[in-house]
Amino acid sequence: MKYIAEINIMPHTELLDPQGKTVANNMKNIGVHGIEDVRIGKHIVLKLEAQDEKEALQKVHQACEKLLANVIMETFTYAIRNEIELPSVHV
Amino acid sequence: MKFGVVVFPGSNCDDDVVFALEETLQQEVRKIWHKETSLEGFSTSDCIVVPGGFSYGDYLRAGAIARFAPIMRPLIDFANSGGYVWGICNGFQILCEAQLLPGVLLRNSNQRFICKNVYLKTQTNQSAITATLPKEKPLKIPIAHAEGRYYANETTLNELVANDQILFKYCDLQGKISSEINPNGALLNIAGICNKSRNVFGMMPHPERAADPILGNTDGRLLFDSLLTMDRVEVRNG
Repeated sequence: MKYIAEINIMPHTELLDPQGKTVANNMKNIGVHGIEDVRIGKHIVLKLEAQDEKEALQKVHQACEKLLANVIMETFTYAIRNEIELPSVHV
Repeated sequence: MKFGVVVFPGSNCDDDVVFALEETLQQEVRKIWHKETSLEGFSTSDCIVVPGGFSYGDYLRAGAIARFAPIMRPLIDFANSGGYVWGICNGFQILCEAQLLPGVLLRNSNQRFICKNVYLKTQTNQSAITATLPKEKPLKIPIAHAEGRYYANETTLNELVANDQILFKYCDLQGKISSEINPNGALLNIAGICNKSRNVFGMMPHPERAADPILGNTDGRLLFDSLLTMDRVEVRNG
């Protein structure tokens, strides 16, 4: 089975995100007011082959833990779906 | 003692380290390509330098992909067997990603790439690269990085302090350590640390860029001199 995994990686909430802060500070320059906070992370889309959903989830989790995120500075969440279906699992 | 310098695609300070060691300090050096799968020819009395640069283009996170290069497995074994491993700038980031050193290097708090001379205050003489350094006189050594904001959680940070693992802190010309002088927002002004066993070193500043008189600054050479002095002491004490 082919699956699509959509992964979000965000800096820990207690960490300063200078990129987000710079973007937030510049919102007024484009006439958008009232933006209180911006935090910037990464969105990663993986296409993978797995026997079933359980195995797909295991693979995605391992990829996040070992390489895609550094848990000292980031948290990750992901959702997977069958390549031809709508999102089914949220972690 | 001889030296190895690991070269990843995107390393760009490898030649600087080789020059400092070979030309300035007259040491035996071999470059090690990242695809090599052993550190044959090196013993644990030798030192492997992981140099600065942008390994794998800093893709994903600085050091994240280099950490899984084939050479890293023997390098981790080498470190765990007591060999000296010295990460400079991107090398420091890679050693943190490989968990040979605790913590992580985050994007500079001012969001900029910073390239300038900074002053460092040596925090301990209990490591081979700091053993003979003066603790009162600040060293002038350049930094050149965008991700140098050292971060570790409170428990790890307390351990670093308790185990005397902080090697260098950013300070001013007079040696005063303050948040104003902190170039990148590193916790406790940390510029360099070692592991608990004191054989793995990581630092953001570039001593190899301040090792030859022609560069107008030789403070960086003191770190290499310290390592070589300690090596001679160890050999003498057998």
